[in-house]
Amino acid sequence: MSGKEKAWWGVAGVAIVLYALAPIAWIVSLSFKAPSDLNNGDFLPTNATTDNYSLILTGGASDLFLPALRNSFGICLIATAISCLLAMFAAYAIARLDFPGKKFILGTALAVAIFPVISIVTPLFNLWRNIGLYDTWPGLIIPYLSLTLPISIWTMSAFFREIPWEMEQAAQVDGATTWQAFRKVIVPLAAPGVFTTAIIAFFIAWNDFVYGISLTSTEDARPVPAALGLFSGASQFEDPTGAIAAAAVIVTIPVVVLVLLFQRRIVAGLTNGAVKG
Amino acid sequence: MTQTTLPPVEKTQPVSAPGGTTSDRARSERKLGWLLAGPALAVMLLVTAYPIAQAVYDSLFDFRLTDPDNRSFTGLSNYGVILSDWLWWRSLLVTGFITLVTVAVELVLGFALAMVMAKALSTIRPVLRAAILIPYAVITVVSAFAWQFAFDIQTGFINSWFSFLPGIGEDTDWFGGTWTSLLVICLAEIWKTTPFISLLLLAGLAQVPEVLQEAAKVDGATWWQRMRRVTLPNMKAAIMVALLFRTLDAFRVFDSIFIMTGGANATESVSFLAYRQTISRLEIGLGSAVSVLLFLAVVFIAMSFIKGFKVDLSQSRGEG
Repeated sequence: MSGKEKAWWGVAGVAIVLYALAPIAWIVSLSFKAPSDLNNGDFLPTNATTDNYSLILTGGASDLFLPALRNSFGICLIATAISCLLAMFAAYAIARLDFPGKKFILGTALAVAIFPVISIVTPLFNLWRNIGLYDTWPGLIIPYLSLTLPISIWTMSAFFREIPWEMEQAAQVDGATTWQAFRKVIVPLAAPGVFTTAIIAFFIAWNDFVYGISLTSTEDARPVPAALGLFSGASQFEDPTGAIAAAAVIVTIPVVVLVLLFQRRIVAGLTNGAVKG
Repeated sequence: MTQTTLPPVEKTQPVSAPGGTTSDRARSERKLGWLLAGPALAVMLLVTAYPIAQAVYDSLFDFRLTDPDNRSFTGLSNYGVILSDWLWWRSLLVTGFITLVTVAVELVLGFALAMVMAKALSTIRPVLRAAILIPYAVITVVSAFAWQFAFDIQTGFINSWFSFLPGIGEDTDWFGGTWTSLLVICLAEIWKTTPFISLLLLAGLAQVPEVLQEAAKVDGATWWQRMRRVTLPNMKAAIMVALLFRTLDAFRVFDSIFIMTGGANATESVSFLAYRQTISRLEIGLGSAVSVLLFLAVVFIAMSFIKGFKVDLSQSRGEG
């Protein structure tokens, strides 16, 4: 590659970084704006202030935001754990055993993944009200499985397919017990795949808005995206923009940290499951 | 770990009974397979097949939660009401418009991003990869707010930054009309979901045999010829999978519309219409019928992709 060509690819690279980060930079900047700055038409605040953060973390909006944050973490972590556990068994069977119905299971996972979420919400809304699951954690965890389980099954099956399972027998030949072979050989090989799958499933659950807004009504179970959606509607503040921006920044921090720490694995997980000839 | 010193092992084949001598073994393997995969399958069916069946059933009734005692069987009349209402067709058009525009732009843009990442020096590739993952990982609601506030007539900076362009001034109200609202909604969707497409396309690019590229180069093929005759045909599977998934995903658009316009100015999508009927107006019967119609539309799109473009999903989904 010539120097000039290299420079062009460099410029393109910078453009990509700008593309990806500009809206994030904007919402961060907005979150530090004082009310007097909000409508100044500028990208940056003239005087950076942390008032918006105080408002949602300790101030008047904290009773709307903090429970939502707790709900989101709890519900998403439980849904991720359940779907990873179920997917682990299923993916092991798909990758390692020979049984009819493999294709059917992968096909079902595919069909569930493309299922329009709102079509699930409509009947659940009525059912949940009747059986008391409306506005509860389980009332969200169960439908979240429809989002997280299919992707967990594909992603993990793709990872498990790459594991050299013969090493388990090799270890046993070398004198390891079945349990030792499993724990010392298979678990370390399978763990990265399970872990990556968990991150992707968590992203998807964390992103949910439709279930959150439709199947909850109070802080008992309302997750952050739904709470954010309501900040603007029935708001008790004069101008909720700054508070929304600050809350948006806070919910973005966990996913950005995960991306920065595990980017290589996330990319492998996203593409492994999808494009493998 | 010791596995680094071991000679490379062949890709694992499913363990199967040797030489077909023991059908007992095959039977127990089948049993174990269903035992392990069964729970996952059961949960998936429970959280989707059951609700859609319930929705089909509910859609046959005139049923309002505000008036639950007067529930009555009306057959297909809910569907008649919806299909003869302009609201339904308008929301279908809006959804189709957003799907077409975003998927078309994302395919081109995503391909460009994938090309840059493929060509980027290995030192900056991790930076690009991390940057591109951020829109993917950011919550759709957050992305919708960021774009809304940027274009908003009060809080935005777009109007003052781009006032030199014709048609944009300090008082341009982007959310005051249908087309400008849809434009901003599409921009937000494109920003958020292009990374997913570009990562799938990048993986597809990596599967184009380098030998073919070199051979075409030696034969004097131009960049464009190589792209059209070598790169694209070899990436067909990756492109189709990316297209199918993004199309179906775009067709469900809801979050951005809810945040940005709340469906005002004729920007309601089909998902939003179903939401409004069921959750806001508590018209369970009508809302269920919209849900069922949306479901049928999604099935129709998926089928046309699989039949029309011969997308072999079982192969591309790691079943190869």
